Amino acid sequence: MQSLSSLIAGFIFALGLGISGMTNPMKVKAFLDLSGNWDPSLIFVMVGGIAVYSTGYFFLRRKEKPFLGPQFIIPKPSAIDRRLLLGSGVFGIGWGISGFCPGPALSSLGAGSLHAPVFVSAMLIAMIAFAKLEGLRASKSFR
Amino acid sequence: MESEWMKALGGGAIIGVASLILLAFNGRIFGVSGIVGIALSKPKGETSWRVSAILGLLLGGLVMSAIAPEAFQAPNNPLWLSAIAGLLVGYGTRLGNGCTSGHGICGISRLSVRSIAATVTFLLFGFLAATLSALLGS
Repeated sequence: MQSLSSLIAGFIFALGLGISGMTNPMKVKAFLDLSGNWDPSLIFVMVGGIAVYSTGYFFLRRKEKPFLGPQFIIPKPSAIDRRLLLGSGVFGIGWGISGFCPGPALSSLGAGSLHAPVFVSAMLIAMIAFAKLEGLRASKSFR
Repeated sequence: MESEWMKALGGGAIIGVASLILLAFNGRIFGVSGIVGIALSKPKGETSWRVSAILGLLLGGLVMSAIAPEAFQAPNNPLWLSAIAGLLVGYGTRLGNGCTSGHGICGISRLSVRSIAATVTFLLFGFLAATLSALLGS
């Protein structure tokens, strides 16, 4: 059942991405490129998303547990650290040069252009490399 | 121009609804990079909901691109740059614990200070990278 609800959530999420303009890397670049004809419209994706999500979150957080799972798994508040800022900076550079972030790139896999599958393959390789390096780091710090 | 704003606002609201469905039913945050990264690195863990969320994204994208192929334009950069960008986005989102969805929408909605800092940072570097590559004529 939990797989069905996450399948539906993913499906609707992709529709939202497509409607919003986020799956169009040229539109994302027009939003992020301040040198030419700046197109600020994509900021409203965040406005719409945050308006809906924060309202729902306000009501849902009073519930003890979700409809299907055993508990809510929400990150605990913690400090801003170097990893957060470094990682987000690196992500921003990749986002700015291609116009792709993870969700839209995955949603664009079957849309025809080769860019999305190439981007996603590289992204998966880097994520696996990250996990391996983290494993190495952890085993070293144990010694 | 105004209709573009409306589409962005409406699409964003739909993204918010989808993320709320995952929160209400599964108790999970809809952060795409985390969902993919953890599904890849912990294949024996609790991955079925993650795999189906990814499947949902793919299916929704297919349906959307059948209805509105113009919403899926190819980027104008050379293909190798998309590969480099994929590497940066994959590594960066895992190191920074999130991307546009997890930090930019879910995190900011929860007023997470980390997510606000992350969003400001990736927006800033996104502006920088896109503006520079446009000026350099990539």
